[in-house]
Amino acid sequence: MDLKELYQDIILEHGKSPRNLGKCEGYNHDAKGYNPLCGDKVHIYLKLDNKKKVESLTFEGEGCAISLASASIMTELVNGKSFDEAKDIMSSFLNMIKNTSEIKSNHLDDDQKTKLMSLSGVKQFPMRVKCATLSWHTFVSALEGKKKEVNTEQID
Amino acid sequence: MDVNEIKSQFPIFSKKINGKSLVYLDSSNSSQKPISVINRLNNFYKNEFSNIGRSIHSLAVNATNKFEETRVSVKNFINAKFKEEIIFTKNATEAINLVATTFGQQNIKEGDEIIITELEHHSNYVPWHFLRENKKAIIKFAPINNDGDIIIEELQKLVTSKTKIIAVTHLSNVTGTIVPIKEIVEIARKKNIPVLVDGCQSAPHIKIDVLDLDCDFYAFSGHKVYGPTGVGILYAKRKWLEKLPPYIGGGAMISEVKKNKITYAPLPEKYEAGTMPTAEVITFNESIKFMESIGINNLMKHEKEITDYALEKLKKINSVKIIGNPKNKAGVISFTIKGIHPHDIATILDEDGVAIRAGHHCCQIFHEKMNLTATARASIGVYNTKDDIDILCKAIKNCQKIFDLK
Repeated sequence: MDLKELYQDIILEHGKSPRNLGKCEGYNHDAKGYNPLCGDKVHIYLKLDNKKKVESLTFEGEGCAISLASASIMTELVNGKSFDEAKDIMSSFLNMIKNTSEIKSNHLDDDQKTKLMSLSGVKQFPMRVKCATLSWHTFVSALEGKKKEVNTEQID
Repeated sequence: MDVNEIKSQFPIFSKKINGKSLVYLDSSNSSQKPISVINRLNNFYKNEFSNIGRSIHSLAVNATNKFEETRVSVKNFINAKFKEEIIFTKNATEAINLVATTFGQQNIKEGDEIIITELEHHSNYVPWHFLRENKKAIIKFAPINNDGDIIIEELQKLVTSKTKIIAVTHLSNVTGTIVPIKEIVEIARKKNIPVLVDGCQSAPHIKIDVLDLDCDFYAFSGHKVYGPTGVGILYAKRKWLEKLPPYIGGGAMISEVKKNKITYAPLPEKYEAGTMPTAEVITFNESIKFMESIGINNLMKHEKEITDYALEKLKKINSVKIIGNPKNKAGVISFTIKGIHPHDIATILDEDGVAIRAGHHCCQIFHEKMNLTATARASIGVYNTKDDIDILCKAIKNCQKIFDLK
């Protein structure tokens, strides 16, 4: 296990100064996520335009560096994507965390993929995987208009 | 007391964790086990195994005798009057559930009140919540102050003619507060209200004397007292165990079974249905012997020395905040570091071989009251040394370095 893999500079930096924090104006979807094991909370605010494109995506939350950085990076990468593109990015991120060692989505450029790969360090720390995935699951819940709070103990 | 000699009795400390010597500061969660306990469990399975109480062959007789020997040891360990007042359960949680369920069934009706405190572990809240759900009972929380002490006068004010039971921890698993149980029992006695004490954290660290406390129920877990998992202990005054209905039904807890009538076994079997954790209960006797070999006064003196040293050292580190400052404090130290989430602290410390706990420690009511989502917790056991604390402090500084906070 390597701490430097987990706490890369970009993670620490996003953890300290998360982007897109707060409620975005005119949001029309939102969802809450909760990790009962550690008490981490996230609230995703999403504005979809009439073509179901992500017009803005922000979050509020309390949590560790990994969970804040993951949420922050997600909001950066998913902003401006269509509904299907956003879902594809989400599933390729989760696939990377669980199975593969690369991001396969066609909807991100190489720099964006590198940025997302900075979260791959959690793979060596099984207890911390849910820190990285909470905001993503919550985002999909918001995207799909689900009402129930996302609970990390009830998802994969 | 020679701490190095004691530490050498625990095989785990000769292992490397992440390439480092283990600094185990998570004893409030569960303690490590001395070799005598490990060997006892092993030997029982290897040479003596049998179930208890049913068969009449030699192995069964031996196992039954050994099982009952543990009961007597536990009785002496907590200074109970009768061995029938000691009931084995699978953990302290089950012991509290046993009381909440059976006491509730018999004595709680709509509008009745149960007093607990803001210090309680979830295991001394959720079982009472079931009575709120099922019987429409009311739960009142005795408040704590910022130091983490229960405000006894406020607790007293909560007592009414509808109060049916008071359930309170003996020692907080977050702040290390040692609760003045006798004061609470005195308040309860005036109104004839029974008191349940959650002794999970106290049993391994301070002297337990249930006769002196005069509480009605006392629950604790073996695995925190250097014993195996699977052993919980419920002490209850005999009058309660005789009066309350049984909890789990099945074999061993019955006297006579007919198609139209069942009578129950006398104490303590009435509350010990089915096959018990035989090997673990028998092994737990070794844990008590281990505690007695050190002597509770020596143990308390040592743990106080380490706790005071830890508090002094931690307070000197910038941005470290100790949660609570109770009048009487045992070796449970919860803290936060400005700018670093407790989970990040725990992960980084683990890389240095330092095992702590991070989270709400099953005390969400406490954390909410203190406006905290999570804390890091270092908890001390008999095997901890000043060196362990030095390594902890060094690891915390490393943590701050990684996060670029000095």
